[in-house]
Amino acid sequence: MSNRLNRNQMAWRAAQDVADRSYVNLGIGIPVLVANYIPGERSVMLQSENGILGIGPAPAKDEIDPYFVDAGGQHVSLAPGGMLTDSIGAFTMITGGHIDVTLLGAFQVAGNGDFANWNALLANKGPLVGGAMDLAAGAREVRLIMAHTTREGEPRLVGKCSYPLTARGRASRIYTDLAVVDATASGFVVREIVEGMSRDALAAKSGAPLAFADDCRTLTAPEL
Amino acid sequence: MFDKRVQSAAEALAGLKDGDTVMLSGFQRIGAPDTLIMALIETGVKDLTIIANGTGHPGSGLAHLVEAGRVAKVICSSARGRGSEMSPFEKAWFGGKIGLELVPQGTFAERIRAGGAGHAGFYTPTAVGTDLAAGKEERRFGDRDYILETALTADFAMLRAERGDRFGNLIFHGSQANFGPVMATAAEITVAEVNHLEESPLDPHGVHAAGIFVDRVLHVPGGA
Repeated sequence: MSNRLNRNQMAWRAAQDVADRSYVNLGIGIPVLVANYIPGERSVMLQSENGILGIGPAPAKDEIDPYFVDAGGQHVSLAPGGMLTDSIGAFTMITGGHIDVTLLGAFQVAGNGDFANWNALLANKGPLVGGAMDLAAGAREVRLIMAHTTREGEPRLVGKCSYPLTARGRASRIYTDLAVVDATASGFVVREIVEGMSRDALAAKSGAPLAFADDCRTLTAPEL
Repeated sequence: MFDKRVQSAAEALAGLKDGDTVMLSGFQRIGAPDTLIMALIETGVKDLTIIANGTGHPGSGLAHLVEAGRVAKVICSSARGRGSEMSPFEKAWFGGKIGLELVPQGTFAERIRAGGAGHAGFYTPTAVGTDLAAGKEERRFGDRDYILETALTADFAMLRAERGDRFGNLIFHGSQANFGPVMATAAEITVAEVNHLEESPLDPHGVHAAGIFVDRVLHVPGGA
């Protein structure tokens, strides 16, 4: 048995790489959980593409202002130093390269950093791109948080994405439930791997060749 | 004397006709001009092209408008309904009864900005190499590829703001601004419904949308 990470632990691991004094946009799903695990001594400004820079903690029930909602539709508060803007202001931050890092979910990622996260080609659901392509093209760094395989065990780390692409070559790091993997010009490079999982077993769950960093370490997270 | 206040929704929508293009502000339901949209349905106009970020949250004015069969096409960044049931838009789209142009959200905002500022279009790296770049001119500047995106304008823009004055100046609250200020610039006639309508001028330091862009202001207390 390997020590597969749960959603909170994946978010925790990604949060450890968020630098002090950085501007960050978190996608819906596991990425928004990253906000809960950013080390306390680091100060980070969270941006939401509907016009909030500096999202604070979820407000208490009696302190909810119904007009303060993030891009995922959750009630939020404003952090000290935060500000409000319109969609033009918010996307100037995003496409102009002012967001240091965006953490997004994805269906598939290729070793060269191509990734797909906007169109699952569902039979009865309309397509939704939202700000995914703008974040992918504009943020200084794009990192993904995703399960290593589908529920059916199919690899999500692949040689070539079969789902419609969000951007070409923009993902640089992937946090999965089994590993921390970089996407590079020469393909996937594994930085960390969970305890109890062999390199061969990880490779068998991946759809493209894996290289292992010289200093490849054990991926551990606290109980969460 | 400048006095852009109107007394009724019918007066606010005067001149709207079949085949018009209408911009609707709002991110999810925050900032959506639902009173104006419900009045628009009453006028009976049809074959509308709607420019809005989404295709209508359950129970929203836009969802009712689509359900009433008045919309020929939607230009948006999200065409997905909420929950397991199909939205009125999804039913119409999968039934081949409505058109869809899906646009990345930052590109969507910037196309409206270009329309309001008198530019024909702009080159953006967003969506390069994806399905949403299909048919668009691609051009290299420096070491990066860009696609040409063209301006969006409309016959009418409808927005909701927190506060307005008789000059047409508007102030938004929380994340309510979103697409409102930019849509105001890009339409032949811009109509705002506001929670508070004042005869005396708003504080000029705090105005978010300038009266020069706003033609009619309707007092509609309550709502989001």
